[in-house]
Amino acid sequence: MQLLRTFLMRLATTAVTLAGVAIIVFFVIRVVPGNPIAMMLPPGATEADVARLTALYGLDKSIPSQFLIWVQGVLGGDFGTSITTRQPVLDLVLGRLPATLELSIMALVIAVILGGAAALIGTRGRGTRREGAIDVANGMALSVPDFLWGLILILLFGVLWPVFHISGRVTPSLELPFTTGFYLFESLARLRFDLWLDIVSHMLLPALALCIPLAAIIGQLLKQSLKETMHLDYVTLSRTKGYGENHVILREALPNAVLPTLTLVGVQFTFLIGGTVIIERLFSYEGLGNLAIDAVINRDLPLIQGIVLLFAAIFTGVNLLVDLTYAALNPRLRHG
Amino acid sequence: MNLNRRSMLQLSVATAALGGLGLPARAQAIEELVIAYNVTLPSWDPTVGPSAVNPTIQGLYQSVFDQFILQQPDLSPAPGLLTEWGWSDDKKQVWMTVREGVTWHDGSPFTAEDVAWSLARVAKPETGSPIQFVWGTLANHRVEGNKVIADVAQFDPTIFKWMYFLTGYVLPKAYYEKVGAEGFEAAPIGTGPYMVDKFERNAFVRLKANANYWGGKPAFETVTIKFVTDAAARVAEVESGNAHVTLEVPYEEFDRLKASLSGTAAPVSDIGMIFLNDIDAMKDPNVRMAAAYAIDKQTIIDRLLSGYGVKIDTLQTPEYDAYDASITVPYDEAKAIELLAASGFGPDNPVKFKIQTTKGFKPKDYEMVQAIVGLWRKVGIEAEIEVYEIAKHYELRAADQLAPAAFYNWGNSVGDPTTSTGFAMFGPSPHSVWDGEDLIGMIGPLWGEADEAKRIDGWKAVDKYIADNALVIPLLQYVQPILHAPGVKVTPHASGALLPHLMTRA
Repeated sequence: MQLLRTFLMRLATTAVTLAGVAIIVFFVIRVVPGNPIAMMLPPGATEADVARLTALYGLDKSIPSQFLIWVQGVLGGDFGTSITTRQPVLDLVLGRLPATLELSIMALVIAVILGGAAALIGTRGRGTRREGAIDVANGMALSVPDFLWGLILILLFGVLWPVFHISGRVTPSLELPFTTGFYLFESLARLRFDLWLDIVSHMLLPALALCIPLAAIIGQLLKQSLKETMHLDYVTLSRTKGYGENHVILREALPNAVLPTLTLVGVQFTFLIGGTVIIERLFSYEGLGNLAIDAVINRDLPLIQGIVLLFAAIFTGVNLLVDLTYAALNPRLRHG
Repeated sequence: MNLNRRSMLQLSVATAALGGLGLPARAQAIEELVIAYNVTLPSWDPTVGPSAVNPTIQGLYQSVFDQFILQQPDLSPAPGLLTEWGWSDDKKQVWMTVREGVTWHDGSPFTAEDVAWSLARVAKPETGSPIQFVWGTLANHRVEGNKVIADVAQFDPTIFKWMYFLTGYVLPKAYYEKVGAEGFEAAPIGTGPYMVDKFERNAFVRLKANANYWGGKPAFETVTIKFVTDAAARVAEVESGNAHVTLEVPYEEFDRLKASLSGTAAPVSDIGMIFLNDIDAMKDPNVRMAAAYAIDKQTIIDRLLSGYGVKIDTLQTPEYDAYDASITVPYDEAKAIELLAASGFGPDNPVKFKIQTTKGFKPKDYEMVQAIVGLWRKVGIEAEIEVYEIAKHYELRAADQLAPAAFYNWGNSVGDPTTSTGFAMFGPSPHSVWDGEDLIGMIGPLWGEADEAKRIDGWKAVDKYIADNALVIPLLQYVQPILHAPGVKVTPHASGALLPHLMTRA
């Protein structure tokens, strides 16, 4: 019951958040300098030409009128048409979403594996040089921003030792049998390991660039939680029962220590998706982030609105999921 | 877990195997040409929307579609889909002879109907062509055999130049009407040297050679153009062998790599300039002229652009029709000081104004403005730099609200003075921020001048007047760096378009 109430409350706040985002983004991008008509005006255009194009794209109406038209469309599933690509915004955005989700999920999985491994190794060797080395590595990973990791990885594995692809999502010459945009998952489902390998070799470097700072955060937080948990009575009790150190860490301490990390992973996942904007650009990866940059450069107002709204929906959706997972895992919240 | 030398080696081998499986072969003899392109292609319709007037993607369009008239690498026109063209004696009509024996990519014949329909379509305001104001000067398009005739609604001496400029493309009438705008975006066809085989938006386009191309089949059967917008990534692409050709790389990288790869660096039709708005300090001719004389353009080109640039003193480059080498504005620091002193300014009492610039939109744009501000400071000009996005520049310029000085780059791949000096300096144009009546009076009659020699001479006189009075500060003509594998021969095009069909095996 408590869980259901939490869910409904969060759902309501999610709807309000999305409405707020829609209003803010719509008005802000119309107030900041630079409009799409000025961008496409060729030399020699007269004031009449400006007026004609402005009317053609519906930008001659007042901003509140434009907003109402847009909201009506959105509620009916029509997010408008992109000015630069002349494609429906919803098709463009949903077409790109799988690529960004796959990249973010891959980065998250690698971050959890790397961060988790670092935390466990550090905890197992606490007080030794091994822990010191883990701390140093974490510090380095955190102090370098993801785009710089991207450049370093391109230099290392794209130029000096060119074993991975450094641009795109899949080799252009390959014939793709996919029916969804989830190439990575669908290639596995179809048992097309040749395609899967090609896709992984395209995604690995951007995923690594994205995940390194997150892996460091996960590693630090989980190690800290583990160290605190290792001093608790029930852990000491399990030691006195004669369990080995690995068992104590993995079976006794980890389940309790992982909760704060889980919350962090949820929150960081949304930042991870935000981070794809720069990384996708750097690796020419055809996801939402890359599309977002083009939309901003070209002042493609309907496309910017659609992308921001989708990003907001993902952020709030993931946060909702994390809250619910946390509530489900935490007995105090589960039983009210 | 112990990470020893052996496990490291195992990991390395596994990594190499994983990567190697998916990587393309480092081609020795190039079978499939791969180009790392600097911009993406938002739309396949080269006649409407913002993409149609984006000069940087015209090379992609020209690979698939033909323009009415072919433009050669030196910017001069040549017979293309139109083999001959001209005006009636009274300039009331234009006529065009259409090439015979050409087919569209779907195998259907190209006809004069396609030309007439393409011209009429973009002349209609409802089509949304940004260049409708040009195409609308022709009306009543009709076909007579393999000729297209149109009435002149308003005389524009440059109409045929627009036929190899922005939006001047021929589209397939029957196919477009059958599939509609959306269908055309999904499966575009043209008469050009390459056919679209596969297109992933923001990722790549794969082109197949058009065996029936009227200009001869291109050298490379397959061309993949990857959209790699980050300059560092483009350098890595070509350095690693993942791409055979790339362009618009930093000049330092070009110099570093041209020894191990190959490279061409040729002037293109883009220029760097400083708009002067006739407000505040810019109303004073001494200030304007001092600002112009105080800039050592050649040193800026040598130091900041590694020598890759051509100093200019008018808005015309040497390839343009109205270029006049006798019009010069030399670097003269002493004269700048003298002019400023005449208006009561000097290093101790500097004239102050704002200069706007982009940062990173063009090579070393911000750094060039920084250098200019440094040179100005020496003579008694204190300029405050404001960095803005290019979108803001367009909006401010259209509203005539640019700062007293504003750095910009201007492209004019047809080389006509109307599309450089004309639109940049004619007060009523939304692209001009100089509103002086004297200049409007000089330029006005030239728009409709039917005598070509008189027209060009008229523009030269305008350029001289502009230079003498420093109404704008032209800086340099850009040079486009193209890096390529030794196995490819690249022919640069002065318009800046990188054209795969002009590439051959070396």
